[in-house]
Amino acid sequence: MTASLLARDISLGYGDTRIISDLSLEVPDRSFTIIIGPNACGKSTLLRGFARLLRPSTGTVLLDGAELRTFKPKEAARRLGLLPQSSIAPDGITVADLVGRGRFPHQNAMRTWSREDERAVADAMAATNTTELSRRLVDELSGGQRQRVWVAMALAQQTGHLLLDEPTTFLDIAHQIDLLELFADLHRGGTTLVAVLHDLNHAARYATHLVAMRDGVIVAQGDPREIITAELVEAVYDLPCRVITDPVAGTPLVIPLGRRRP
Amino acid sequence: MSLEQPSVDFGRRYLRIDTARVAALIPLRAIVVSVVLVVVILAAGVASMTIGAYDVGLDAVLRAIVDPTSDPDVRQVVVEWRLPRVLFAVLCGAALALSGGIFQSLTRNPLGSPDIIGFGIGAQFGVTLMMIVLELNTYMFKAAGALIGGLFTALLVYVLASKNTMSSFRLIIVGIGVSAGLGSLTSWILISVSVEKAMMAATWGAGSLASLGFDQLLPATIVFAVVMVAALPLNRTLPVLEMGDDAATALGIRPGLTRLSAMVLGVALIALVTAAAGPISFIALAAPQIAQRLTRSNTPMGTAPVMLTGAALVVVSDLVGQLLSVPVGVVTVSVGGVYLAWLLAAQFARRA
Repeated sequence: MTASLLARDISLGYGDTRIISDLSLEVPDRSFTIIIGPNACGKSTLLRGFARLLRPSTGTVLLDGAELRTFKPKEAARRLGLLPQSSIAPDGITVADLVGRGRFPHQNAMRTWSREDERAVADAMAATNTTELSRRLVDELSGGQRQRVWVAMALAQQTGHLLLDEPTTFLDIAHQIDLLELFADLHRGGTTLVAVLHDLNHAARYATHLVAMRDGVIVAQGDPREIITAELVEAVYDLPCRVITDPVAGTPLVIPLGRRRP
Repeated sequence: MSLEQPSVDFGRRYLRIDTARVAALIPLRAIVVSVVLVVVILAAGVASMTIGAYDVGLDAVLRAIVDPTSDPDVRQVVVEWRLPRVLFAVLCGAALALSGGIFQSLTRNPLGSPDIIGFGIGAQFGVTLMMIVLELNTYMFKAAGALIGGLFTALLVYVLASKNTMSSFRLIIVGIGVSAGLGSLTSWILISVSVEKAMMAATWGAGSLASLGFDQLLPATIVFAVVMVAALPLNRTLPVLEMGDDAATALGIRPGLTRLSAMVLGVALIALVTAAAGPISFIALAAPQIAQRLTRSNTPMGTAPVMLTGAALVVVSDLVGQLLSVPVGVVTVSVGGVYLAWLLAAQFARRA
């Protein structure tokens, strides 16, 4: 297993509050890595460290063998994309224009729009099934459609790695599955994905590499079929549960026991 | 160059440039709008050169501009006295519009223009100090005063408004407060100096393009050219920053650095106008929005159409001002006030 994106002994935090100390993580190439853990466990903070949104106070993030912070911003943006938790769609922007903005790192003052840009945008919209929406205003779309458009923008960036910060939050179950299937397709297409997810069962079904965090520390990582046990879930979430095999996907399925047990 | 349309449906038609070194798609609508605006500027500019104490007909104005052997008296009136005023109107309008586009894009709010958030008043305060207190009355000193006053105000607004979060609404409210404070400080300075000095400052403070000559046009043009070239990259980076700091960082932009350079350049554009002509209000507020609607663009930031809209607004306002014998600033304030009232009403209607 090779890993061209990895964190080595990094510490991350906001102001004086340290959330992660001396953490190391290798993201296997061509994996769909999903980070799970309770609220405030540091999973989004870790993703922000990978995404250049937070600078580690110690340690380094390496991408393709070089320190991430030594890359020029646009060079890094051509290799590493991000779907942020919240983005702002400018007033009155159409879907095609928004997806087109994903081409920024590939453009310069002399080449503001090339045929490669056009191909990338068309491919991204086809992959996310948003081609039909191209002239619609982003403000007028449903939550599920809008999230697909933001994914299309990140895809138009054409990066080998794509980071996803809680991409399914605020979507109903059908749109969540829809989006996760899209990510699974991207993964099969060769993109390395790193996602932060809240839903443990979704993570278990779609992850090829699962990372479980608690209190800024990685508790366990590996193939979800091997690492998800009732003991792990209890250790990470303090949640008594049973783990059975998902009758559809064959992956682990976590069933919380709750207080009222028959 | 070709009219081959992109395979992605953007909902507008483009002119395509595709050579080995240059590749771009230029919306046809923006080209048409720009051409029409240039025609408006030329027509209003020539018309305004016929007006004045010395009667010059339209044909005489045109002859004086193109024919160096025409009547030297007419040439003096038209080329040396009236032409600089028109050129100044074009320059001031372009600079104000670009500054407005920068700040409206930064704040993601059509109200976030330098007139409203106090940078214009700050520049005015700087010039008043320079002219009245320090008694330095050349263009470069006034420009320096305007720049320092504007930047100081920007810093003040920025510090007062940035408490943990930086919401554009907060920035605008704080800016209105700071500009009210600086406005009263300016008034206080004016009533505590001699009547002659106060009159001089008041004439400048109404915002006028009269009495501006080539000696002031040259330094103003140089400053404008430098700032405009420095601001060109913002045309591509600011629309990306509109999507939020996280998305912009992921796309390879440094949000802090971009915001800082945008603020400094936006204030510099306001300052160079204020130093020359005094405050010409509402152009920075209205021009980017008008240009955005004319071109059906998705950002108030832009280059040619935005600057041409500002230039056309100021040239036409100056023409109207001359017909009514009032300074251009008075015209823009009157028209702009109506626009602002409409904008506020529209914004509240949308929130309700």
